[in-house]
Amino acid sequence: MLDVGTPILQASPAEGAKDQHMVLNMGPQHPSTHGVLRLVLEIDGEIVVRLYPEIGYLHTGIEKTCESKFYQQVVPLTDRVDYLGPLANNLCYCLAVEKLLGLEIPERAVWIRVLLTELTRLNSHLIWLGTHAMDIGALTVFLYTFREREEILRIFEAVSGQRMMTSYFRIGGLAMEPPLDLFDRIQAFIKTFPEKIDEYSNLLTGNPIFRNRLMGVGHLSPEDAIALAVTGPTMRASGIDFDLRRDMPYSSYEKFQFRVPVSTRCDCWGRYEVRLEEMRESVKIIQQALDGMPGGPVKADAPKIILPDREKMKTQMEALIHHFKIVTEGFNVPAGEVYQGIESGHGQMGYYVVSDGTAKPYRVHMRYPGFASLQALETMCQGRMLADVVAVIGSIDIVLGEIDR
Amino acid sequence: MAEAPQETLAGKQSVLEKMPDHPAVKALLAWNAEGLTGALYDRGELTLTVAPDNIAPALSVIKDAGYNAFEDMTAVDWLPSEPRFQLSYHIVSHQYKERIRIKTWLSGDQPAIESITSVWPGANYYEREVFDLFGIRFEGHPNLRRILMPEEWVGYPLRKDYPVEGYR
Repeated sequence: MLDVGTPILQASPAEGAKDQHMVLNMGPQHPSTHGVLRLVLEIDGEIVVRLYPEIGYLHTGIEKTCESKFYQQVVPLTDRVDYLGPLANNLCYCLAVEKLLGLEIPERAVWIRVLLTELTRLNSHLIWLGTHAMDIGALTVFLYTFREREEILRIFEAVSGQRMMTSYFRIGGLAMEPPLDLFDRIQAFIKTFPEKIDEYSNLLTGNPIFRNRLMGVGHLSPEDAIALAVTGPTMRASGIDFDLRRDMPYSSYEKFQFRVPVSTRCDCWGRYEVRLEEMRESVKIIQQALDGMPGGPVKADAPKIILPDREKMKTQMEALIHHFKIVTEGFNVPAGEVYQGIESGHGQMGYYVVSDGTAKPYRVHMRYPGFASLQALETMCQGRMLADVVAVIGSIDIVLGEIDR
Repeated sequence: MAEAPQETLAGKQSVLEKMPDHPAVKALLAWNAEGLTGALYDRGELTLTVAPDNIAPALSVIKDAGYNAFEDMTAVDWLPSEPRFQLSYHIVSHQYKERIRIKTWLSGDQPAIESITSVWPGANYYEREVFDLFGIRFEGHPNLRRILMPEEWVGYPLRKDYPVEGYR
């Protein structure tokens, strides 16, 4: 059985090793832990003997808070879980509730969702690339990736009014029709973006320091990846060809042609290659979404669930009544339970929503990929140098907001 | 699954009639005909209920039937009804490209169940989370300690009798 970590501070070191092993505390305030992750390391010289992650520093009890909100009020809470991929969170929650309601979403809304979710993936991967390279010592890349991320955030601001906490996907569709020049703007962005990926690749792929810091480091075998519930790019870099977008499609992903990058290297370098390729595939999906963007409404025809347009609300009595009812009482959702999984930038995200027939969710459970990936940290770092821990944390791409929730 | 039906199938009998070839159902019945206590096919998701004493062997049977990847587990508190806690395990099959939910029920009085870390070591953090937030004990878990809340915390925040706001 794989060891997922025994508490080091309580356990006594192995007999005979008492004087040689040192316990080192890394974090919670450490620049390379990507948030407030605390690692307790038992080291023999510079070799990691054991590693124990202590999490919970960002725990805000979001799942408990959801139980006291109306269904539509949960959407803004989901932004704050994985704060680097807000639209993916919105999508997953909305799909889960729509499945409970049995609601059909207009095609245009579905396509815009795919478009923006892929931009979110680019956003998430750009932050990963910048910070990962910075942890390794390649400071320049960070400035380049944040240049492109800035444009993505401006696009998010244009559609939703918010750079990070978008809440743009709502139960039953989108918050509003996107601005007129949005698609031209995204088109202009993705036209130059593949060159930008080449630029990052030129800075890093041939860099001997970067190569040596990643190649052969953080080995995770395919069996261990499955056993430890690791998902997403980290799993695919261990040679497992599984992507929810292709294999269990949601939100009309079956209509898009894209490749799922897989690497059999099983190390940090494989994860770097997979994510870089994923960015190129996302660009392809965005291009297809732009080319085939259907017309029509962006909200489902369900006046008791979706807030009416402002104009209608001010001129029509029924719309005003519906608006008042939704805001004050919410809407009842048929009893039942659903689990909706999507492929977020970090891996398989899932929302488990249980309804008891009232206007507030009975239980919302969020499955986030980082929580499981963290379990594999010890397996990947054991017997390696202390400095490799930094490279491995960067390569599994965790966000502490999603781990602690 | 191509032959998956559209409508809701409530109850063990109707699921067994309509989906007799489903690999998970077949494997569970072959292992123990009495092991499957309930089944529901709703909104495209198959839920199989097993007795709490059987959870680890049942999941290892399901794992051998091709449902290889543990994805998620959590609990739901149905206070004041009894049995009070519902445990849901979500397992994905890379081979069949399908997800299945295994459910079991626990009583509210000192809830405890066998740990499944022997089947999937990756359930470790998930069981710790459920222990931390619901107070359900997992027998045989290698390191059953609070994970998100502080060590010295009193109470289990996700239970329904725990207040959402104010002082404890």
